[in-house]
Amino acid sequence: MPTVTLNKTVFEKLVGKKLPLNQLKDRISMLGTDLDKIEGNEILVEIFPNRPDMLSEQGFARAFSSFIGVKTGLRKYDVKKSGQEVIVDKSVKNIRPYTVCAIVKNLKFDDEKIREIIQIQEKLHVTLCRKRKKGAIGIYPMEAIKFPIKYMAKRPAEFKFQPLEFQKELTGIQILSRHPAGREYAYLLEGKDKFPIFIDANNEILSMPPIINSHKTGKVSEKTKDVFIECSGFDLETLNACLNIIVTAMADMGGEIYSLDVKYPEGYGTQSIATPELAPKKWNIDLKFINKLLGLDLKENEMKKLLEKMGFGYEKGKVLVPAYRADIMHQVDFVEDIAIAYGYENFEPVIPNVSTIGEEDKFETFKRYVAEILAGLSLLECETYNLTNADNLNKKMKVQLPCIEIQNAVNIDYNVLRSWMLPSLMQIFNENKHYEYPQNIFSIGNVFKENKKAETNVEEFTRIGVALCSLDSDYTKIRQIFDYLMRCLDLKVKFTDKDHPSFIPGRCARISVNGKNVAYIGEICPEVLQNWDLQTPVAAFELNLGELYELGQRKA
Amino acid sequence: MEARKLAEILHPLERKVLPLLTKISSFSGLVSKSGLKDVEVMRALQWMQNKKIIDLKEVVKKIVSLDKNGKEYVKSGLPELRFLKALKKDAQDIDAIVKKAGLDKGEVNICLGMLKKKAAITIQKEGKALKIAITSQGEKLLQKPTLEEQFLKTLKEPREVSSLGPEEKFAFDNLNARKSIIKVDIAKIKTAILTELGKKVAKEKIDATKIIDRLTPKMLVGNAWQGKSFRRYDVKINVPQISGGKRHFVKTATDYAKNIWMNMGFKEMTGTMVNTSFWNFDALFTAQDHPVRDLQDTFFIGKPKTGKLPDKKIVSRIKKAHESGTTGSIGWRYVWQPDDAKTNVLRTHTTVLSAQTIAQLKESDLPAKYFALGRCFRNETMDWAHLFEFNQTEGIVIDPDANFRHLLGYLKLFFKQMGFADARFRPAHFPYTEPSVEIDVLHPVRKEWYELGGAGIFRPEVVEPLLGKFVPILAWGPGFDRIILEYFEINDIRELYKNDLKQLREIKYWMK
Repeated sequence: MPTVTLNKTVFEKLVGKKLPLNQLKDRISMLGTDLDKIEGNEILVEIFPNRPDMLSEQGFARAFSSFIGVKTGLRKYDVKKSGQEVIVDKSVKNIRPYTVCAIVKNLKFDDEKIREIIQIQEKLHVTLCRKRKKGAIGIYPMEAIKFPIKYMAKRPAEFKFQPLEFQKELTGIQILSRHPAGREYAYLLEGKDKFPIFIDANNEILSMPPIINSHKTGKVSEKTKDVFIECSGFDLETLNACLNIIVTAMADMGGEIYSLDVKYPEGYGTQSIATPELAPKKWNIDLKFINKLLGLDLKENEMKKLLEKMGFGYEKGKVLVPAYRADIMHQVDFVEDIAIAYGYENFEPVIPNVSTIGEEDKFETFKRYVAEILAGLSLLECETYNLTNADNLNKKMKVQLPCIEIQNAVNIDYNVLRSWMLPSLMQIFNENKHYEYPQNIFSIGNVFKENKKAETNVEEFTRIGVALCSLDSDYTKIRQIFDYLMRCLDLKVKFTDKDHPSFIPGRCARISVNGKNVAYIGEICPEVLQNWDLQTPVAAFELNLGELYELGQRKA
Repeated sequence: MEARKLAEILHPLERKVLPLLTKISSFSGLVSKSGLKDVEVMRALQWMQNKKIIDLKEVVKKIVSLDKNGKEYVKSGLPELRFLKALKKDAQDIDAIVKKAGLDKGEVNICLGMLKKKAAITIQKEGKALKIAITSQGEKLLQKPTLEEQFLKTLKEPREVSSLGPEEKFAFDNLNARKSIIKVDIAKIKTAILTELGKKVAKEKIDATKIIDRLTPKMLVGNAWQGKSFRRYDVKINVPQISGGKRHFVKTATDYAKNIWMNMGFKEMTGTMVNTSFWNFDALFTAQDHPVRDLQDTFFIGKPKTGKLPDKKIVSRIKKAHESGTTGSIGWRYVWQPDDAKTNVLRTHTTVLSAQTIAQLKESDLPAKYFALGRCFRNETMDWAHLFEFNQTEGIVIDPDANFRHLLGYLKLFFKQMGFADARFRPAHFPYTEPSVEIDVLHPVRKEWYELGGAGIFRPEVVEPLLGKFVPILAWGPGFDRIILEYFEINDIRELYKNDLKQLREIKYWMK
């Protein structure tokens, strides 16, 4: 989740009220943002991904001010016509099809404001724009550009301009390899024969979205008063939300919003539109649905007040949704806002009288019985990870079993899913050599194997590994435990003489129930012990509990 | 305790050692006089110290004793003297002398150096050969035993360095500078001295034949125990620790939590750890470009990379929910890719079980309540607060009459039974619930709120495709491990699954 840093003084001025620190902290948390900390004059909050409109000081203060009742209800933003045009060329259709634009005038830029605007732009790029994949935002000083602006695509070797904060001109291709932003986002233009650009009436390139602005025409400074803003990308809905969030924040800074016409060519499949479009959207709301889901008994008027505390308007069964809200998909989204306005702390928890019968999963019960039987034999239960590495599973155990690999594990010691249990137990012995012997342990867990029949093509088995590590642990000792367990579970088993690379030849058996292999048992061979750096003998068995349980069920 | 009672408590070992203490105080003396083993005497002394019968003291002493060469020299004489004895007034060839004295090469050089320094010999070089003669000073040396010789002879028994006289000390220093003649050990000498109480106890007469130490079958058969008394025990004494087998402590807590849910009428859900993204994300209305599906959070399976989608009906409903929404919803509005949904992941939450369970439900099954408690995976670096494998406790209530207040009610009750007197709820965000809740509980010791996990009511876009129509489904999935840390007095979450056998042997049971 993105964290934003708010200047407390600016924030309080925007909110229009100063709250004591404790109350401020409490209200921020109860508004539906995660307060990180308040330090001096800085407020750090995490904004949930459904509220990109709160990623700026202005947007956050707007929501907060409504929530604490200072300035509630729908905010009106005036949009004047600028008479300017942005012309979309059909060459961008298959590359980066859409743009929406706006002009904001009379912004008195200073360092603080430039910082705020850069923060909004960056946070929106990461969140709503999905790291510029869905959309990208460009802001340009009006004094440096000439309308009409054209949005088109060109072969990247055939145009060049001086990218932001760079000494010389580069071609589109060169930007991708030489400019830091180019290198970071090059993959977004990978495989395109033409790159998108904004170009003005003087034939000056403004930017190459979603990568970088021009140094000459795309750099906002303290002298700038009026700006041109464009959002380009693949989804008009996202682009509009993005643009609206920026222009309303700028208006809250004192700017005036102007619309312009974005002209799409004929046959493009998109109507020419005037943007930004800040008229509120109307949504139906059903008071009964709200009350039922929240367990409340709100009257229409009460609901209206609660909606207004969240910055919405309400008129005759309809909610007026401000144009900067990007998260409303269903009226259930109002339910949450109403609950927040009502105050989560004000809901009275109740336990309903719904009669259902509780039940443990039968196999889970079986696993618990097995664990209890073994604990009764003075064995310690261990809880082991499903993730491990191929070295532990195969090399150290002298076997070559295929294992399921993780594609992207952060930790290379845990990058495969285990194929059997005993390595997990050997690892425990290896890590506990400084403690008292005997060390008699067991662990129940899942092992993983490829199987085309499974939905995921991976089959999971629940197995138990039991291992004894002491000077006198041997085949007899481990057999006694196995036999006792089988007697408790009332199962008859058959032992077959069969060697296994991890066990001492001639001291290892395969065990079957009703002709089905369910386990192997024996004394671990010296090489394996040495591989785990152990100086004490180990005898062990590994048993398929899932199989055993099913056999038991069938018998019953 | 009075002397008589103490005397009756004495263990046979103590009874053997106690009388000796009136004469002997050194540990080694007690061992040799009692005929007991070192450990037995030590044990008896410690017990008596516990009873305040004796004062046990430990003094660190330097002890000198003969080393390998020294033992030989005591018999054959020091090499330099043997060398000197082999000399005559007339110079002789060195080889002949060495042969006569029975020395080896290493010793010869030392002898030459030492005797030359004492002016006991003269050395002449004739061609390649060395010729050596004794001086009158040398003859004098042979007239009486040297200090070193005398000192070595006293070392048949090891001696304390601090008890040596000035001449002995001189000899000690010389010999100590030489190779393997004497050795010095640091010894901790234990001495035991009877206390006033101890002296009284020692005077008590105990007839050992009248005291039974251990009851035997023979005594029972023959009635031999009658007329005798049992040695009294010091019942307040500490005994050596033992440890038994037991369930893993997290499991004991898990079983308890499962019982809470079952008592509230919840049925258990279980399932696989590897799942397709379809169940882990898509069925839970998590858009395919949602950051949570990014590589860094989720473990993706490298091979087999993909699985299969379930039956077409449910797939097409989920696709529609994402692309254009369900009843009353506009959806996420993008083109849903079946291939992305086939990608295999390790389940990031037990909520995947809820999705699978709801998909199996029929209208006649309602109302229904389910829970799960199981492993989940998050691809992150381990630290004191994070594990890449962790437990979650999941719950769903599928009930046409369920509402937000019920959700808070179930959660509050669960956390109360887990030992948290108070729980509070804050707004949160998850792609699949609306409204969403973050649960904070009051830390019982620190009296601060801390975050335990999420809950909410499933969005219609989740419920409708899975169940066929919208019914409120209350859902929660707080992390389980953090809930139990406090009880087990663990600060670092990694310690839960460290399998440190000492910890497993000693940790307390879950009792709430």
